[in-house]
Amino acid sequence: MADAGMTKPLTDRRAAVRPVRAWRNMNAKVASIPMVATVLVIFIGCSLWTVLYSFTDSKLLPRERFVGLEQYERLWGTDRWLVSIGNLAVFGVLSMVFSLVIGFTLAAMLDRKIRFENAFRTIFLYPFALSFIVTGLVWQWILNPTYGVQKVVRDLGWTSFSFDPLYTDSIVIYGILIAALWQGTGLVMCLMLAGIRGIDEDIWKASRVEGISVWKTYIVIIIPMIRPVIVTAVVIIAAGIVKVYDLVVAQTSGGPGNASQMPALYVMDKMFKDQNLAQGFAASTMMLVTVAIVLIPWAYLEFGGKRRG
Amino acid sequence: MAEMIAGPRGPKPRRAFSTPNIVLYGTLIVVAAYYALPLYVMIVTSLKTMPEIRLGNVFSPPVEITFEPWVKAWSSACTGINCDGLSRGFWNSVWILIPSVILSIAISSVNGYALANWKYRGSEFFFAVLMIGAFIPYQVMLYPIVLVLKNIGDFLSIFSLAMGMGKVQVYGTLSGLVIVHTIFGMPILTLLFRNYFSALPEELFKAARVDGAGFWGIFFKIMLPMALPIFVVAMILQVTGIWNDFLFGVIYTKPEIYPMTVQLNNIVNSVQGVKEYNVNMAATLLTGLVPLTIYFISGKLFVRGIAAGAVKG
Repeated sequence: MADAGMTKPLTDRRAAVRPVRAWRNMNAKVASIPMVATVLVIFIGCSLWTVLYSFTDSKLLPRERFVGLEQYERLWGTDRWLVSIGNLAVFGVLSMVFSLVIGFTLAAMLDRKIRFENAFRTIFLYPFALSFIVTGLVWQWILNPTYGVQKVVRDLGWTSFSFDPLYTDSIVIYGILIAALWQGTGLVMCLMLAGIRGIDEDIWKASRVEGISVWKTYIVIIIPMIRPVIVTAVVIIAAGIVKVYDLVVAQTSGGPGNASQMPALYVMDKMFKDQNLAQGFAASTMMLVTVAIVLIPWAYLEFGGKRRG
Repeated sequence: MAEMIAGPRGPKPRRAFSTPNIVLYGTLIVVAAYYALPLYVMIVTSLKTMPEIRLGNVFSPPVEITFEPWVKAWSSACTGINCDGLSRGFWNSVWILIPSVILSIAISSVNGYALANWKYRGSEFFFAVLMIGAFIPYQVMLYPIVLVLKNIGDFLSIFSLAMGMGKVQVYGTLSGLVIVHTIFGMPILTLLFRNYFSALPEELFKAARVDGAGFWGIFFKIMLPMALPIFVVAMILQVTGIWNDFLFGVIYTKPEIYPMTVQLNNIVNSVQGVKEYNVNMAATLLTGLVPLTIYFISGKLFVRGIAAGAVKG
């Protein structure tokens, strides 16, 4: 009896609180409607939709005739896709390595308490303000075989010199890499510099006392200390690599032939040119899988152990 | 060893022309020259005549300077469809830019404020998914968004037709592109504003609450005036980002309202006619001029914007 008497008012109070709670903070919830809609409809909804329809045989319009993994089998049997994946791998590994090395080296040099630091940083970073289209078109012109780098070197007397990446199948990817590095390394440098500047000055005193040379201090002591910054840089570079699209469109349009194709170009052509929707969905799902492979270990490392507010 | 330990405090005075210094500055200057080179090439090429380009190479400075390529790029270069130059693309980009920047910043700033000061159940979850969403390749969502925009148009048409106005088009029009820019600007902008508002002293917020100010009152009277610097950072980020966009412009608009980047690409990579490299470079430089100007004027704020963008996640 006593128990029943105790619980009754409790449940009553709960019932009285519940409707109030839903209405509490209403303005904040209203303000978040765009975010909630974006998350639910676009990021979750649209992504799942694409994954789902990649199992259909949609051509011009999406339709719900499911064919299992047929699109994926066709995808991995298509030369152009395999070339794209190969290019992405080469471009990805090289641009990751060079971005990190160049970015860190530049940051370390700017960190040496030099004069005109601002001027140097402004020059290294300005390409990042430019679009990939502008970047691609400028480098298309600089690498032009008739008037560009090749001609300059030949005019200097080395007449047999040959460097024509944009029209040579085997090295076209390096032509794109040059442009991509020019555009993106400034950002990596900025990140690294912020990381290096965040390190306690005492580390430098200690390493000087120990008689460790400057460059060795950077490699052995500083790099491990800015690990979080490097991890962030790796994730940003990786996300950028998978998406690479505008640059290739502007610089080579995927040519010569299919030599500089990338997954994003394949997706776009299948979806908006070739009227082969499901094939495009399957290819874009593979892009999503690639990002997930990079992102999940990172998220696990970053948020797995500790909680951030 | 003893000298080092007993040495004077403070940074070691270095001679200006020591070997390490020469190597350091030498390397920096060479690298800086390399980074500056494409800008130089754009400028000199755009000031040369075509005969001069055919005689020299991309790096040779112009003998006689001509502004003809600039005029042509702006007012009469051909895209294959029409020949009224980049000016059309420029104004299209301006008309895309203004509403997109305003709408995306308005929505994201309020959203960031709600997430920082008015947490509710699930707010952290949605924020986390929003951050993860920033890493999803756009290609995955492009096509379904076309359908979403068409559906929004059809939905709005019910009302507009009922009121006697015409059918509403969202996909393929300016409004659709503005929505898309707002959506994809949201993760980074929300993060920017949320972090900024979180860092403000909480007493400020509590005092205003005690005084009876509500959600919007605190936002407009207290938060907004204090957040002006971060609004500038957000604007820099969005103006350069939206101006440089190519993908969304191609997919979600029609040729008449193509933004400048898309039109630039069509002009330069058009297969018809003789290639006019000077006009092409003038057009390229014109397109890059807006973000470059913002970059050189804003300086540190630009760096702050990309640094904030870089630590997303």
